[in-house]
Amino acid sequence: MNAPLVSGPHTHQARSVSRIMALVMLALLPATLLGFYNFGWPAITLFAVTVLTAVLAEAGCLLIAGKPVRPFLLDGSALLTGWLLAMTLPPWAPWWLGVVGSLLAIVVAKQVFGGIGQNLFNPAMVARVALLIAFPLQMTTFVGPQPLSSPNAPSFLEGVAITFGDEAKLDAVSGATPLGHVRTELDRGTELTQALNGYYAPLSASLGDTSGSLGETSALLILLGGLFLLFKRVISWHIPVAMLATLGLLAAVFHGFDPTRYPGAGFHLLSGGALLGAFFIATDLVTSPVSARGQLVFGAGCGMLVYVIRTWAGYPEGVAFAVMLMNACTPLIDHYIRPRIYGRDRAGQPMVYDVQSGEKS
Amino acid sequence: MSTDYRRLTRDGLWDNNVVFSQLLALCPLLAVTASATNGLGMGLATTAVLMASGATVAVFRHFITPAVRIPVFVLIIATIVTAVDMAMNAWVHDLHKVLGLFIPLIVTNCAILGRAESFASKQALGPALYDGLMMGLGFTLALVVLGATREIIGSGTLFANASLLLGQAFSFLELRLIPDYHGFLLVTLPPGGFLALGFLLAAKRRLDARLARRAEARALAVAAAES
Repeated sequence: MNAPLVSGPHTHQARSVSRIMALVMLALLPATLLGFYNFGWPAITLFAVTVLTAVLAEAGCLLIAGKPVRPFLLDGSALLTGWLLAMTLPPWAPWWLGVVGSLLAIVVAKQVFGGIGQNLFNPAMVARVALLIAFPLQMTTFVGPQPLSSPNAPSFLEGVAITFGDEAKLDAVSGATPLGHVRTELDRGTELTQALNGYYAPLSASLGDTSGSLGETSALLILLGGLFLLFKRVISWHIPVAMLATLGLLAAVFHGFDPTRYPGAGFHLLSGGALLGAFFIATDLVTSPVSARGQLVFGAGCGMLVYVIRTWAGYPEGVAFAVMLMNACTPLIDHYIRPRIYGRDRAGQPMVYDVQSGEKS
Repeated sequence: MSTDYRRLTRDGLWDNNVVFSQLLALCPLLAVTASATNGLGMGLATTAVLMASGATVAVFRHFITPAVRIPVFVLIIATIVTAVDMAMNAWVHDLHKVLGLFIPLIVTNCAILGRAESFASKQALGPALYDGLMMGLGFTLALVVLGATREIIGSGTLFANASLLLGQAFSFLELRLIPDYHGFLLVTLPPGGFLALGFLLAAKRRLDARLARRAEARALAVAAAES
């Protein structure tokens, strides 16, 4: 700390909500564009429907609540919530899934609690979990990548038709995600190496050439976006590192015990929403603890819950559940882990310094 | 002391509604309102208990000393609930199977003990009976509205299985509002009950606020006309 000592009131950097939101969206852009490319027009239509509904729902709620609509709408938080939600939906999901999800996220999870900054839970994750419980079939029907450039990709009109209710086409191309496939095969008693065969390769998982939710397939691009946010100081390293380290450590330990039953750390870190959750969702400024040590606890809790849910619980993927459960713990963490008050020790007692030597007496 | 029956009616159905104003009896409310028919059955059973217990408490109010009043109230209510439980088991057996555990649990419904304590123990038989009826109908209204909301959104039907409760003559009530509906499972699950109740409470408060504003405006207009 070389900054000169000045008395308050201090000026602070003009970093508005809309700037933070814009930076997060910029960081999400590469992974989203890859999702668009890989899953084609149905994914683009679904994304547009979801984001549009989120923004309209926000405007409607603000109108009803009698709050100023323009400033709150232009801060981009509703846009980002809709965007994040769309990233976690199956890319060829029907349009109403995005609409219901956005309404749940904005109306139930955000505006009912009092709007931006007041919500206890991450809105996008509330919506995802609610959709998963309410519509288990539609939320777990995934398709393999059908890049826009490939000949069998649906055209624009076909894509719109798929999003707006042409389910026959969907059945023809649906395929399980690596996490879902491994879970099913393990439950049937297949050995892990056999289950992974043809369904998981580190390279394709990193590049995003696999089936999964719209924006979570490419580990590499999401990592890139996350590092950009770290570099821009939008997020701090504590939550992502704690979450991914805990998840990786648990996976490695259990993989060491029984390699035929438990997939290794690489599989867990690169599959599903682990990276997206660690960098973009768990780090939500509103719903995570404020202190650095609290954030470490929060991140470690998320990582542990993700591993537990993926390995032993009923669902193949658990990032949304894990983040929501830890969101619920955030007030508790903030209560017990407080930053040390300047001039006092951790117990809150004033520190006494010996003036001559500068040592603490 | 004359009793204002209009006031009692208004209180029971709207102003002092068991659910929407007092927020009592939420446990049975949230548990059985996955469909409108279940809500109606539960509401009618509770109404019967409310009326019978209110009447009994009012009749015996001079003999019940304050020190033992609560155990006596509970005893009276429990006796009546047992009778209602057996009657439902005999005459509307299928609905009884659906509502199951929640009928005996009417004993613990705080609305009933609340009315016995705050109203029936201080009033004559007539008002106590009438108050029980109105409070019960208000509770039934809340149960049916919440049940209908959850049923329409959750499974796209309205008053499914109504003939179990009311007999074959009422099977015309059973509607399938949205054909080929996928169903919104969340709304029929417990979280949906809480969400729907929250939105209904907000709607009622908004309506009340609007009515109050309108009444105020009218009073102002009258005052202006007189001056």
